[in-house]
Amino acid sequence: MMEAYLDNSATTRCSKAVTDMVVRTMTEDYGNPSSRHLKGVQAEKYLKTAREEIAKTLKVSEKEIFFTSGGTESNNWALIGAAMANRRAGNHLITTAVEHAAVLQPMAFLEEMGFRVTYLPVDSKGCVRLEELKEVLSPETILVSMMYVNNEVGTVEPVEEAARMIHEKNPKTLLHVDAIQAYGKYRIYPKKMGIDMLSVSGHKIHGPKGTGFLYVNEKVKIKPLILGGGQQKGMRSGTDNVPGAAGLGVAAREAYTDFAAKTEHMQNLKERFLKGVSDMTDITVQGQAAENAAGAPHIVSISFRGVRSEVLLHALEDKGVYISSGSACSSNKKLPVSSVLKEIGVEKDLLESTVRFSFSSGTTSEEIDYCLAQLHEIVPVLRRYTRH
Amino acid sequence: MVFKTFLIKYGEIGIKGKNRYLFEEALVDQIRHALKRVDGNFWVRREQGRVYVDCQDEYDFDETVDALQKVFGIVGICPVVVTEDKGFDELAKTCVDYLREEYPEGNATFKVDARRARKNYPKTSMEINCDLGEKILDAFPEMRVDVHNPRIMLSVEIREKIYIYSKIIPGAGGMPVGTNGKAMLLLSGGIDSPVAGYMIAKRGVTIDAVYFHAPPYTSERAKQKVVDLAKIVSRYSGPMNLHVVNFTDIQLYIYEKCPHDELTIIMRRYMMRIAEHFANISGSLGLITGESIGQVASQTMQSLAATNDVCTMPVYRPLIGFDKQEIVDVSLKIDAYETSILPFEDCCTIFVAKHPVTKPNINVIRRSETKLEEKIDELVKTAIETAETIVIE
Repeated sequence: MMEAYLDNSATTRCSKAVTDMVVRTMTEDYGNPSSRHLKGVQAEKYLKTAREEIAKTLKVSEKEIFFTSGGTESNNWALIGAAMANRRAGNHLITTAVEHAAVLQPMAFLEEMGFRVTYLPVDSKGCVRLEELKEVLSPETILVSMMYVNNEVGTVEPVEEAARMIHEKNPKTLLHVDAIQAYGKYRIYPKKMGIDMLSVSGHKIHGPKGTGFLYVNEKVKIKPLILGGGQQKGMRSGTDNVPGAAGLGVAAREAYTDFAAKTEHMQNLKERFLKGVSDMTDITVQGQAAENAAGAPHIVSISFRGVRSEVLLHALEDKGVYISSGSACSSNKKLPVSSVLKEIGVEKDLLESTVRFSFSSGTTSEEIDYCLAQLHEIVPVLRRYTRH
Repeated sequence: MVFKTFLIKYGEIGIKGKNRYLFEEALVDQIRHALKRVDGNFWVRREQGRVYVDCQDEYDFDETVDALQKVFGIVGICPVVVTEDKGFDELAKTCVDYLREEYPEGNATFKVDARRARKNYPKTSMEINCDLGEKILDAFPEMRVDVHNPRIMLSVEIREKIYIYSKIIPGAGGMPVGTNGKAMLLLSGGIDSPVAGYMIAKRGVTIDAVYFHAPPYTSERAKQKVVDLAKIVSRYSGPMNLHVVNFTDIQLYIYEKCPHDELTIIMRRYMMRIAEHFANISGSLGLITGESIGQVASQTMQSLAATNDVCTMPVYRPLIGFDKQEIVDVSLKIDAYETSILPFEDCCTIFVAKHPVTKPNINVIRRSETKLEEKIDELVKTAIETAETIVIE
């Protein structure tokens, strides 16, 4: 049976070069960089190389790259670490209503700690309105956190304009960007764009799971969250994950090799896909993709009226097509439906009928066509049997 | 104190006359099976109307007791000190050491209950009681003898070796699985059916199970959840075969042909028919469901009658008079609850009508089913043929 893995925003397959590197640093050069002997020194070189590779893709200094256990840790650290370090400068934090839980939950925690948090609403495409950001920015605002690409609908937020606006108002206010769905899809230059901290996850870019990094501009004051043996300049203790970091370095380098061709390939797939579903009835493309296939090149979110997302997901899975349900669905309502879809004002009937297709540079047009053929076959059948 | 042996006390099987032998065999089998899950080297033996578990090497006391507490037929589990007969003084010393370690607070009432299975022992049971009592009083001046209602009942059994114990850890009760035939459990992902399986297994019945899977409406995770529940039940019931039946086509066909408010009842009638098929080929003597009167629309007296109508085998419904909370209590006790409440759709709820019939008329239902005549036999046959059997151990 043909297989079409179209859930690359959930995770991606590790590339050959990445796994080779991981295996090498696990079995041959397995030293601990904290050791003083030769094995340790060799291992440290892998960390240094990985940091350099990553720094190069962002045009920042390698000293500003810190390895973490992934996107969630990067976000937690950026928000809690920066809020704690700058609490004397102010008490106000700003984020958007469509952030990932790895931002919203730390924000809720900071609220409990006594910070005031403003959650910016978004328009029907999932985009923050800059004028609203301008209104809520105050001298008390120490940190703004905004995602680059929305993980559910692929909307691209106006990060650069927001940065300009924030720093014009108060040069000391920090901007953190969750770039977990954007890194590798966009050229991101934090210094030029005015981004103070940037979170990235390894497994979204064909790197290993359990890896990621946080870029922290050297001028930013941030407290470490994980304390211990003082690794990574005391900012993130714990024995260095050499295989993870080395693998991540390779993945970062590969993500920005032939970059233009890769993003164009993904954009083409997306357009092919959108064109392919355009003859289907009662469907709604969510986010910016609805107009001219705008938005991130690798994410398409579509609501199929009268079809429950989880059922569609399992019916496609049966055909070897793997996607994600934009919202968790359950008859007994024990699982929450997606707050992103609610925030962008998707009508109630469609909340549980929305699924996400996400591509990678390795996705083929055959996979897209196969998925389209299955959708055309399955969706009408599923619509025949509905709950009353 | 390190115990190397457990004395297993059993209840009802003791009174089963000439069948006693079979019941003890089954009990020993079940104990052996239960202990397979525990690290260690255990030897289960029957000796003079008693069952012992000897722990040969290092073992975890709590884990072992936990496994034994899941074996039906066991009334009590006694950690025993086993010692060679090296004369009465040595025995008295062992008893005193035992009491000192097990009851460090001292101050308690006690009674010695000696039994002399080896009649050539130089003292009679009565003499042992008195003489040991004396030695104990000497060692613990604050202890007192109470022959009617002692806090510590120190049992001393003189056999080939000497067995000393005083504590009885309660067992699961019931009868050893394998002594009362086999039945087919209709296992869903809910709270009730695992409890129903547990209750019937408790009476010594071997369990097999059937689960109705409805992809793509129910997910692989929902199926995994049922496998997990079957594993939980099998900790008590022993190994079982779980038949996973793909029910989707039957369900959709009923949906197309029959009134939607009768969907659930008709669906359940087909589940019963299919379950009965698997019951027949596995030599089961009945079906088991987790139904309880009035719990949901499909479990009213009328609905139960309509469902029961298609069965030729007895249907055992051990929860029939239970309230939900009572079922939940047992579910918690057998550690199934947390798994049962995982939120995955099961096949009974996918197409459930807003207002299903609560008082179905059997004749009306039978008439509705005639609308299925064209294809239903073929669909049932396919469902049976394509069923997957998972061996749960």
